[in-house]
Amino acid sequence: MPVIEVNGVSHTYDDGRTVLSDLDLRLDEPRVGVVGANGSGKSTFARLLNGLVLPTAGTVTIDGLDSKRDGRAVRRRVGFCFTDPDAQIVMPTVAEDVAFGLRRRGFSKVEVGRRTEAALTAYGLDGHADHPAHLLSGGQKQLLALASVLVTEPELLVMDEPTTLLDLRNAMRVATAVAALPQQVLLVTHHLDLLADFDRVLVFDEGRVVCDDSPEPAVAHYRKLMDAP
Amino acid sequence: MLGLYRPGRSFVHRMPAGVKLCVLVAAGIGSVFLDHAWQVAVALVVVGLLYLAAGLSPTAIGRQLRPLLWIGLVTAVFHLVVNGWQRAVVVVGVVAALVLLAGLVTLTTRTSDLVAAVVRAARPLRLLRVDPERLGLTIAVAIRCVPVVVGLANEVRDAQRARGLTASPRAFAVPLLVRSLRHADALGEALAARGLDD
Repeated sequence: MPVIEVNGVSHTYDDGRTVLSDLDLRLDEPRVGVVGANGSGKSTFARLLNGLVLPTAGTVTIDGLDSKRDGRAVRRRVGFCFTDPDAQIVMPTVAEDVAFGLRRRGFSKVEVGRRTEAALTAYGLDGHADHPAHLLSGGQKQLLALASVLVTEPELLVMDEPTTLLDLRNAMRVATAVAALPQQVLLVTHHLDLLADFDRVLVFDEGRVVCDDSPEPAVAHYRKLMDAP
Repeated sequence: MLGLYRPGRSFVHRMPAGVKLCVLVAAGIGSVFLDHAWQVAVALVVVGLLYLAAGLSPTAIGRQLRPLLWIGLVTAVFHLVVNGWQRAVVVVGVVAALVLLAGLVTLTTRTSDLVAAVVRAARPLRLLRVDPERLGLTIAVAIRCVPVVVGLANEVRDAQRARGLTASPRAFAVPLLVRSLRHADALGEALAARGLDD
């Protein structure tokens, strides 16, 4: 598993809002969950891990690669799945979207075709290869987004609330797909049930980690935090 | 282009996208020289045969022509009154043949192949510091965004109706623009996450 190291990280946006303060973490567990209220800094934290957001202080490293200095290498190791699959699907048809990342990595046409087909089969989208992406259901779109990221074989998958826009059935489909992944997964979510089998859960509040524990006590801490006036 | 592609193995499907685009451009230029109703009829028959050769049903032809119905009628009536029936047939027939031909290209060609053809054609633009790959990606992303923006427009219109603002262009345009810009931001972030700048 890759080792994520966050050392003295703070992040302040251009408008002066500080969303993360003095984070120090070392994450090497296969499954890490992140919970917190809206605006607690968890999405910014997730974006730090593949260099979409760079820390204004401190360093983020993945297997020793610095997100500022080695951004390209970090992005190759870290796949990112967003909340809204419509914003993540960049090509008009299902197969074209899966092939997009592979083409940019310079794979041959034959290899792109082979890997695309395998990814579509793995996520139950093989019958939709030439379908327009916008005609898929919400769950299928999120599975497509997942397939498009995983086809490039990242070592770490960061997911920012991937089930928030889905109904229960589709959320379960995505959760089942994620559970079967061999990769390290960092999941930001409001669906606390998904974290039951995780190794470690971080609770964010006002830009800080206020609880870092196994799922049961961490979720209990989060519930108590949300109940507080 | 917005998801009209119908998979198939016909010679029309197998023809390279660049060749199809060149034929389309040549047909557009050539159509200027069609002056007689029988010439237009021949062009329409040829296009119709190409649809059949591609394994597409006459319904597909009807679907391509349906959006042209009203504008075709107005154009036909105008030419009928001003230039006579032969000119009306030529003008409306040429437009129909070209729309059908363009439709045939999109029905039988994957967007990625069309974009690849545009990228190849744009290679000389490198001399002007234009990146053909980026140009192709821009086209593909623009095609992808059309249904997304249509979806956003429907959502904004529904929200308008729910609040009783049925005829307010400003109440429609402002949230649509804001949501489209937000979508563009999110799309940019997704492209960066998927290694666009790597």
